[in-house]
Amino acid sequence: MYDIKALYEAKSVEDAVRLRVEHKDAEILAGGSDVLVQIREGRRAGKELISIYALDEIRGVTLADNGDIYIGSLTSFSHITKDPIIQKYINVLGEAVDMVGGPQIRNIGTIGGNTCNGVTSADSASTLFAWDALVELTGQSGKRVIPISDFYIKAGTVDIKEDEIQTHIIIPKKNYDGYVGHYIKYAMRNAMDIATTGCSVNVKLSADKKTFEDVRIAYGVAGPIPMRAKSAEAFIKGKAVTSDNIEEFSKTVLNDVTPRDSWRASKAFRQHLATELAKRAITKCVELAGGELDG
Amino acid sequence: MAEYKLVKFTLNGKQVETMVDVRASLTDMLRNDYRMTSVKKGCEVGECGACNVLIDGECFNSCIYLAIWADGKNIRTVEGLLSEDGELSDIQQAFIDESAVQCGFCTPGFIMTAVEILESGRDYSDEELRKLLSGHLCRCTGYENIFRAVRKTLDKRLGKTV
Repeated sequence: MYDIKALYEAKSVEDAVRLRVEHKDAEILAGGSDVLVQIREGRRAGKELISIYALDEIRGVTLADNGDIYIGSLTSFSHITKDPIIQKYINVLGEAVDMVGGPQIRNIGTIGGNTCNGVTSADSASTLFAWDALVELTGQSGKRVIPISDFYIKAGTVDIKEDEIQTHIIIPKKNYDGYVGHYIKYAMRNAMDIATTGCSVNVKLSADKKTFEDVRIAYGVAGPIPMRAKSAEAFIKGKAVTSDNIEEFSKTVLNDVTPRDSWRASKAFRQHLATELAKRAITKCVELAGGELDG
Repeated sequence: MAEYKLVKFTLNGKQVETMVDVRASLTDMLRNDYRMTSVKKGCEVGECGACNVLIDGECFNSCIYLAIWADGKNIRTVEGLLSEDGELSDIQQAFIDESAVQCGFCTPGFIMTAVEILESGRDYSDEELRKLLSGHLCRCTGYENIFRAVRKTLDKRLGKTV
């Protein structure tokens, strides 16, 4: 038996919004692989909960007419990985969320819950930052769409208003069209572990595949919230596809990342990882894009 | 005061319904209301996989799944694997043959994950199989025998020569 003060079950998104307004102190419960565990640990015990788990209307992946990809916030990690739209256009997201926890966790855990937690280690987050994803929130006055970088405010805090729930994550076509992506999770174990550091890179090469037309690089656990390494991106944009440039790019990320010492890993080790993962991920992207280093 | 809710679902092929405390986990309901004692209480925080059951064909740790969410779902536990003549299923027999059971606490959870794998009807590499089985902790066997039991049953079902 869970130590829950009261449980309200939302029947629709509209109903969830109404419950949010009626029960100001209640927390949103999606898949529960964080919230229910924290109730068990006592950290969130005795709270009121609004369960949105039954809302099939915000479950699943769809491709809009304009090519934007809409991921319902309750879509489980395993369904994202198996989804044909994800596999075709942004496979790296499916690969990234396939590294969350273990198989059962990936069946219950949702991408909405993963991002609404506001934790820096979320395996989906760095890849969503790399794609410049948008977050759709629904409240009393309708829908609000904001960039994921604005959605994260600080560690554990995201921009959800009192009457809102997160309903979709959107990857605009212009952000993925012509890009390839690669995510590397560094953790101590292959399963049931949290990233020591995670790095997600998107690359768009020029038509002759000799120049980096665009590069986006994002990290988890390189700072209090997921982040982009903007100065490294600025450095590599327009540069030739050479190992020297990649080497310099991977060192430049240190201007951007701000990891800390924690019981899981030291700051120095995380800085080393940030550099090494940047190098490996961008090299893999060049390969995926059909380019050749120093070619 | 405790609040109750009517939950109707399919349990091992049978339509059932019960009034359940909204605070109950699916593990609580399966064990207490239906005596499905194959569903073990291990860590109760979704780490060990001892409480694993199939919900609409996918594996879930029932300890971090609210009982009320079971409404309308098709739930299967190890009890449902028993054939009409009381014989064990092939995967259960394989666990015995390969000595994949010692204390037995992790076994029902592992077997339900194996059922999901076997019923997918496709083949997996050894590496893929290990990943699919990674949501369970076993403190006795060192996993190799468990892995072999699943591998051999999968090969047999796919008609591969072992």
